[in-house]
Amino acid sequence: MSTAAPAEPEKLTKKALISDHPTWCPACGDFAVLAAFFKVLEKLQIPHEKICTVAGIGCASRFPYFVNSHGLHYIHGRVLPLAMGISLSRPDLHVFAFGGDGDGFSIGGNHLEHCARKNPNLTYIIMDNFVYGLTKKQTSPTSPLGFKSKTDPGGAIDQPVNPMKKLISSSASFIARTHAAQVKHMMEMFERAIKHPGFSVVEVLSECVIFYKGAFDDGNPRKGGEFELIEEKAWDDTPEDDARHDVTSEADAYAIADIQYPGKFGVFYQNERPSKNTLEQQGIDASREKCAGADARDLLKKRFALMK
Amino acid sequence: MSSSPIADQKPSTTDATTSERKEDINNAVIRLAGNSQDGIQTIGGLLARLAGRSAQEVMTYMTIPSTISGGASIFQVRIGSGEVLSPGDDADFLIAFYQDSYENHISTLREDGVCLYDTDHVEPDLTDSRVTFVGVPMTSTTIEAIGGSARDRGKNIFVLGLLTNLFDLQREKLVHIIETQFKNKHESVLRNAMLAFDAGYAYQLGDIFNRSYEFHPGEADSEERITTDGNTALTYGLLAAGVRYGAGYPITPWSSIMEQLRSELPKYGGIFVQSEDELAAISTAIGCAYSGHLAVTGSSGPGLSLKMEALGYASMAELPLIVINVQRGGPSTGLPTSVEQSDLMQAIYGSHGDTPRVILAPKDVEDCYYIAIEAARIAREFSTPVVILTDQALSSRIEAFAEPDLSGVVTPELDIEPRDEDFKPYPFDAQTNHAPPGTKMSGGKYPVVTGLEHDEWGHPSSNPEIHQKMTDRRRDKLKRLATSLPSPEIHGAEEGEVLLIGWGSTWGPIREAVNAARGNGQGVSAIHLRHIHPMPEGIDKIMEGFNRFLVIEMNDEGMYGYGQLATLLRARYANPKIQSLTKCDGIGFKIREIIAAIEKSGN
Repeated sequence: MSTAAPAEPEKLTKKALISDHPTWCPACGDFAVLAAFFKVLEKLQIPHEKICTVAGIGCASRFPYFVNSHGLHYIHGRVLPLAMGISLSRPDLHVFAFGGDGDGFSIGGNHLEHCARKNPNLTYIIMDNFVYGLTKKQTSPTSPLGFKSKTDPGGAIDQPVNPMKKLISSSASFIARTHAAQVKHMMEMFERAIKHPGFSVVEVLSECVIFYKGAFDDGNPRKGGEFELIEEKAWDDTPEDDARHDVTSEADAYAIADIQYPGKFGVFYQNERPSKNTLEQQGIDASREKCAGADARDLLKKRFALMK
Repeated sequence: MSSSPIADQKPSTTDATTSERKEDINNAVIRLAGNSQDGIQTIGGLLARLAGRSAQEVMTYMTIPSTISGGASIFQVRIGSGEVLSPGDDADFLIAFYQDSYENHISTLREDGVCLYDTDHVEPDLTDSRVTFVGVPMTSTTIEAIGGSARDRGKNIFVLGLLTNLFDLQREKLVHIIETQFKNKHESVLRNAMLAFDAGYAYQLGDIFNRSYEFHPGEADSEERITTDGNTALTYGLLAAGVRYGAGYPITPWSSIMEQLRSELPKYGGIFVQSEDELAAISTAIGCAYSGHLAVTGSSGPGLSLKMEALGYASMAELPLIVINVQRGGPSTGLPTSVEQSDLMQAIYGSHGDTPRVILAPKDVEDCYYIAIEAARIAREFSTPVVILTDQALSSRIEAFAEPDLSGVVTPELDIEPRDEDFKPYPFDAQTNHAPPGTKMSGGKYPVVTGLEHDEWGHPSSNPEIHQKMTDRRRDKLKRLATSLPSPEIHGAEEGEVLLIGWGSTWGPIREAVNAARGNGQGVSAIHLRHIHPMPEGIDKIMEGFNRFLVIEMNDEGMYGYGQLATLLRARYANPKIQSLTKCDGIGFKIREIIAAIEKSGN
């Protein structure tokens, strides 16, 4: 062991986190998501080398290229099982997965459900724009009924996914929803998600200004819409508190998720059940204790003795 | 080695004064035929372990129906004191539990063989003078021995007792193995098992059958041998190689590897994830690999197909990964519990684009252990995915072999030492070197690993020159691997008429066929490929010593008349004398099939 005092870790700045200039279209909602992400990292002062950003395929999935951190750009739809491998094998890291509605709810829909159920310690930010942008305007799993696209010129006919309901039913342990035009709220949601032990998901309504312009104006006061926040219970024994939202109640979360578009924003659900990381580590600790610190050679020797 | 050692040494039956005489035998093939719930695998497994402990060579072969319960099941065990290389073409002994077991398997009994049958369930055709029939009321004697229960569980152990007496097996050792096997069960289970065993052991065959046998003593040092199946050997090979992370999805016949890894890895401080599907499994493994740990995933053929896109990513990103494919009969759901070697082309060429990767194949159960260590070495050194092509036969077959030397056990290390300013993960002039997350980058620039084509620093690039140079780079590093691999060993003489070429679990039957052919004075030798892709150098040199070549494999001859390895060898060496012996019946090669093909290949 070194006796020298550890060097003062360098302060993490936004400047250090900036990488290539994003290739997103000018005015894309994702720029605001990136800026908010930088600010939260700066605030939380996570050691630079411990930040790990990963993504699948899509416009939003270009994210890792625009963050100067360890990163991985993976294949379409499979970012969550990949991120789980990183998180479980390297609990020292802070793992952030990024993607869009196609990557998360369509081709990767099954993984979202199972990742939520397994609850590995990582944060997943979904930039939902209700359209396939990278492939130039096809219907996405969150496109509303009647949305006209190149694959539905007469208007979308398939019932869209309700991301909040899907996440609640999959037992995700932290579920929040925000809007790319509401940077302060977005930062608050990111910070709470990052601090949550387990699988935390934030859906960000992030406008595609080329293929679905104005999609989220109804949730943007500057465009004449209303940004209605979820009022969480303060547990202060006041009569007003009865009407407030209990984030630990699935039934309450479903009720908010059912509110018609643009709905409410904030934390829908949070449950601090043990993460998969914790549970696997408990299994390792119990096994190691049973083997009384035997090393690989001892363990193999013992096993071979039983095969004689 | 004679294939019918017992017939050669038949005692004189005219000697009326000898009521029982022990025949000294080299080896015996015992086929147990019943239903899957009869515990046939249990007796087979116990016999195999006993043989392994008694310095006998042993090899088993079994079929289990792919139904949850019920259905015909067989377990064939070949025990011998010489080199036992295959489960045996024909059985010397058939133990038939039911009428259909008798009817379906009597043809597998060699002439002069012995059919032991349960008189409570089987009515054999006693006019069949080809074989000797020995009827034993197995079911009723077992019920009587255990006491009153109408259930016939335990007749497998009764038969084991019978065989122990018949073959003069080491009773005490066997009893000890049975006790160990049942030690975690209720005490009544062990008691009933011992009652059934003793009843079988004491059963007097004398009146109907006056023969008994004794194996030549073995030569191996029994203290240093272990007896196990291929999937288990592979699992422990991975552990010895320092593999600590992985993920999988259940599929026959791969499942037992993931089951064992899931329960063993925590003891080693590792984690194995049961994933929601094959795509998630390989993705989780790639996540572990990216994080700086060599990781494993696996499946059978259908699952390998599902993993293909991600496997291509591992080739592109150059990540160290082991992918196990326990091959079964295909295509599609195919024959889930039968053997086939039809995934070779899929393993090498599956996935889109040019995706160089390494393919290895173990030749027997012992080699399953060592191939895992070899796969790990190559994956780490060349930062590449490695596919291990094993198969259904190896997965469940039990063999005895020397206890592995543990001096080479690998302790995995996570390399997150800070990287210099001039760090390049994909240098044109040196080996791939990733900086896993957690690594401090002195230059302040952090790497993003990508499936897009990229330059030396890993930055996405669609520059034509870069794509060509990087394609060369990914290919050439495996060509470098090829030059470092040993040439295959020749079994037999270095010169002759025919060279047999095989891969995977056909090793035993091919070797035995070479021994038989050489015994008959034929100029037959064999080589066996463990490194299939890239192939080692020097195969062409070996071929110079022979006039023709017969590639033996369990897949289809396809449109153009050649099996999958034969096609590759013809493409590589452009030698028209390369011929092909293929089959797709879900059963391993018989020695006589190979011998016949050698003869036919000369015409």
